[in-house]
Amino acid sequence: MKILVPVKRVIDYNVKVRVKADGSGVDLANVKMSMNPFDEIAVEEAIRLKEKGVAEEVIAVSIGVKQAQETLRTALAMGADRAILVVAAEDVATDIEPLAVAKILAKVAEAEGAKLVIAGKQAIDNDMNATGQMLAALLGWPQATFASELAIEGDKAKVTREVDGGLQTIEVKLPAIVTADLRLNEPRYASLPNIMKAKKKPLEEKTAADYGVDVTPRLTVVKTTEPSVRKAGVKVGSVDELIAKLKDEAGVL
Amino acid sequence: MAVLILAKHDNAHLNEATGKAVTAATAMGGDVTLLVAGENCGAVAEAAAKLGGVTKVIHVEGAEYAHRLAEPLTDLVKAFAEDYEHIVFPGTTSGRNVAPRLAALLDVMVISEITGVVAPDTFERPIYAGNAIQTVKSSDPKKVITVRGASFAAPGEQAPAPIETATGPADPGLSSWVEDKTQVSDRPELASAKIVVSGGRGVGSEENFAIVAALADKLGAAVGASRAAVDSGYAPNDWQVGQTGKVVAPDLYIALGISGAIQHLAGMKDSKVIVAINKDEEAPIFQVADYGLVGDLFTLVPEMAEKLG
Repeated sequence: MKILVPVKRVIDYNVKVRVKADGSGVDLANVKMSMNPFDEIAVEEAIRLKEKGVAEEVIAVSIGVKQAQETLRTALAMGADRAILVVAAEDVATDIEPLAVAKILAKVAEAEGAKLVIAGKQAIDNDMNATGQMLAALLGWPQATFASELAIEGDKAKVTREVDGGLQTIEVKLPAIVTADLRLNEPRYASLPNIMKAKKKPLEEKTAADYGVDVTPRLTVVKTTEPSVRKAGVKVGSVDELIAKLKDEAGVL
Repeated sequence: MAVLILAKHDNAHLNEATGKAVTAATAMGGDVTLLVAGENCGAVAEAAAKLGGVTKVIHVEGAEYAHRLAEPLTDLVKAFAEDYEHIVFPGTTSGRNVAPRLAALLDVMVISEITGVVAPDTFERPIYAGNAIQTVKSSDPKKVITVRGASFAAPGEQAPAPIETATGPADPGLSSWVEDKTQVSDRPELASAKIVVSGGRGVGSEENFAIVAALADKLGAAVGASRAAVDSGYAPNDWQVGQTGKVVAPDLYIALGISGAIQHLAGMKDSKVIVAINKDEEAPIFQVADYGLVGDLFTLVPEMAEKLG
């Protein structure tokens, strides 16, 4: 079977995010960009399924700006077989909404005949946590979100999900969408030879218009602000002092 | 204007996140209808009817709703969607699972994890792990929303609103439930506890987490953990506090051996009072703590538990 893995180019998770003073957004000029960490986990899981002989081909897809080529090359260096870049924006500050992304991915999944889509559970920039579920809806496929374990058993996927009360295991009929949570696996680092090889793997370039999808946002960003800052309090010298402060000053004990 | 909320529950008890969603919905304006779907969940529907601000409860029984599977629940909510401008979900894993699926079926954008209602079409939500707050205005005819519980107060009680019963569409049969592995505990639920005691990498091992748990039990508190502690196998995943875990805002949050990574702070920085105990006085957690105690948690925490006795 073919597995489709959507990957997003986002600000590197180690970079301290700075809100622009004029409230127009977050400063993305000259900051390091990387693959969304949850998407790395998704790529890793797809590659492992291929290594186990469960999948024949892993296709990485990115929707966004031209620079997302680099993100796709990373997926190829990890072990994806080929990549599709759907250019849907020119300005790196433009974030394509999950609804439009899901519409494009649905067309790609249909065109490729994918039987499984493994996506990251959310992107660490807009924190929407939506694309996988939206894609499942548009394709009429079942969804297994927040996965910490995945096994393909015949025409079903058995997925353990991280839910509020603990873990839930469900079975979904294939074709299906799985979204990766943190503990699904530990993604590999691409080796230098594989990075070199990835440069020769096929990377097809498309546009949103090729799929007939309108990417006009439904949500207008009115403003982006710094969160309220919490001030540091005091250091106490002993447990007795701490308990006294909590009882008398804070009134929480 | 009217708001529909899908109640979160376990068929026996109404989850407190539902009440928080009611509070948020009240700010959007209009009648608030709670949809309670599950198996043998009559008691939940009765509890839901008493949440202050609820106009009506719709109670739907069905085995396919017992385990919160996304596909039947989404189809159910969609069947009622026509009458409402706002369709709201508590920001639980269940709400976050269903809301985007519904939004896509309605061809609207989901508005995830709102922390504030500015106007019926305008909402605040955290982005970049809480490092920025975005105000967004929706141009969609319907707003599909998940609500971050920690940002809204629980509503009061009221005389019970009327309960109607209804039936849902046929189960699409795309998925099935296998099993739940939940922690059975007498401790309060992490997301709604008044006091939370959390341990981080500094706790050192799964066995040592007993020290954290002992203090929590003394205080009648829930136990939490940092992502580092969970990733190291010291604590189960559902204890994780942080941007990718649970977001909590208790009256008192006690952080033990937690350095204070930004993604952890995103999950607890709205707590009323924060206490940090850490041997590293440069740990970033002290920048947000109201009371900091520098020292060895293995002596200080048992001492604190004993002195609270």
